Amino acid sequence: MALEALDQPKLPAAGGCSASGCGSSTDKLAHLPEHIRTKVHNHPCFSEDAHHHYARMHVAVAPACNIQCHYCNRKYDCSNESRPGVVSELLTPEQAVAKTLAVAAEIPQMTVLGIAGPGDPLANPERTLATFRALSEKAPDIKLCVSTNGLALPELVDEICEHNIDHVTITINCVDPEIGAKIYPWIFWNNRRIKGAKAAKILIEQQQKGLQMLCDRGVLVKVNSVLIPGVNDEHLKEVSRVVKAKGAFLHNVMPLIAEPEHGTFYGLMGQRGPSNEELQALQDECAGDMAMMRHCRQCRADAVGMLGEDRGAEFTNEKVAAMDIDYAAAMARRAEVHAAIEANRAAQQQQRNESFVPITSLLGSRKRSQPQPKPAAVPAARFAVATTGGGVINEHFGHAREFLVYEAATRGDSVDVRFLGARKVDLYCAGGDTCGDAEDALAKTIRTLEGVTGVLCSKIGIEPWDRLEVAGLVPNGEHAMEPIEDAVAAVYRELLAEGRLAPPAEAAVLSA
Amino acid sequence: MAYRIIDSCVNCWACEPLCPSEAIRPAAPPAVTHFTIDARACTECEGDHADPQCASICPVEGAILDAAGEAVNPAGSLTGIPPERLAQVMAEIRAR
Repeated sequence: MALEALDQPKLPAAGGCSASGCGSSTDKLAHLPEHIRTKVHNHPCFSEDAHHHYARMHVAVAPACNIQCHYCNRKYDCSNESRPGVVSELLTPEQAVAKTLAVAAEIPQMTVLGIAGPGDPLANPERTLATFRALSEKAPDIKLCVSTNGLALPELVDEICEHNIDHVTITINCVDPEIGAKIYPWIFWNNRRIKGAKAAKILIEQQQKGLQMLCDRGVLVKVNSVLIPGVNDEHLKEVSRVVKAKGAFLHNVMPLIAEPEHGTFYGLMGQRGPSNEELQALQDECAGDMAMMRHCRQCRADAVGMLGEDRGAEFTNEKVAAMDIDYAAAMARRAEVHAAIEANRAAQQQQRNESFVPITSLLGSRKRSQPQPKPAAVPAARFAVATTGGGVINEHFGHAREFLVYEAATRGDSVDVRFLGARKVDLYCAGGDTCGDAEDALAKTIRTLEGVTGVLCSKIGIEPWDRLEVAGLVPNGEHAMEPIEDAVAAVYRELLAEGRLAPPAEAAVLSA
Repeated sequence: MAYRIIDSCVNCWACEPLCPSEAIRPAAPPAVTHFTIDARACTECEGDHADPQCASICPVEGAILDAAGEAVNPAGSLTGIPPERLAQVMAEIRAR
């Protein structure tokens, strides 16, 4: 979690701790200069801790794309589908501005407006920049973000800087044209469709050039990569090294989404996505070189709300047109809500510091002489957490649409808890008519939680409790409303004391 | 001599700004649900570009027809998905 690092700016910038190789997950952004940490402090997509507290939204103003990716298909638009490139309603810049102001007023914890598609935002420069221009005037309290495939980036860097867009995400899946040819069948470049490795080479050059130009101008750049097993999995370590050297500050390795019904090349040709274990292993390997993002939910180009939730249906064009928004009043209210969130974050931090020996201080003196943490003598264990946000355990097991997976491990006298990622599940308890399917949904949930030792939620029914136990999982509803890390550490200590954790040999395999 | 956009168009707007003849019209639902080309204005980009622009950026195979009614981007030419593979998987999905 980034909280400690962000709330304790007095820590040395290097923190004695490289990106995330050290024992504590709490200071993974600690190596960043303070002005960058300030920028990401309330950005849910750039800061893992912020994503518990703040919401984001995307406006779908950018329909056109200038490249084809094998994991994308522009034909489908299903409201139940959650993946990038899918939207329900295309917006004009004017509609996008109205929607943003409406969401900002209704969901005051929304701090970030991104343009992410459904095509490539920079392949639609007029629509994208018109939206940003209007919003930077009307809603100065909203951060502006753009994500791009990078092809048109170099020619637009100056305009991006002009509009105060200081968070840019570039999707970079490769730095080798031969690998690129297996991911991108064509690009549109200089008025021609270009195919194969030649196309990939141009795209890669543009991405790297754009990345360098943004970093030179002090714009914060995150790099997204799609992990495609057998295509770029090994190669992504090289990508991580290259983009870090250029100055990208965060690398987000996401799993390929490929289903035949999506109609994509990979989906139809049977290309599989990575397992949770494969994804995490690669993230861990890349983490040696740079800060990794693990809380991405790969949201739609019209998503609204906290990461992992989508309230887009509340803000259709029709509904927004009927709202009368007084943005000056909304801005005052937003400032109050943000202050309350920050007070809450500070209180959580305080509580964490009191209940634990702070890991940073514990490791601080040792680390200079011994940069690598000692291998854990006692087993690590993973825990799945049900939360609706706020950084606490506050969701009923049956209502969870996703679980956040944390790993607890003993480091010296202290317990270190680190976030591994989110795992989506089908709603177990949808109530009413769907109860007949509950059996299946629960079985699927249990499969999704493979490798997990315990499940922490605010409440859990008797039947799922029994089923979890039969599956070898430890359900726990005793830490409702407690900060996630504290609760995970407490349950870990409890299981450890009771001798209920796997022997070290098995744990070593788990964490490999 | 003109190109034509048919109903498999997904209204992605990519072609519209590229047309040197400003011949491309966006959808006007409910009557017209996809982009169309004004046949009187379309020159197939002759004299302006080496390749017809709309057909060079369109991501949907078969959505743009030439004057002879043939798909400028036939099935499999853009995605690399062999048409027989597509047919097979679609049949499998329907049979579920």
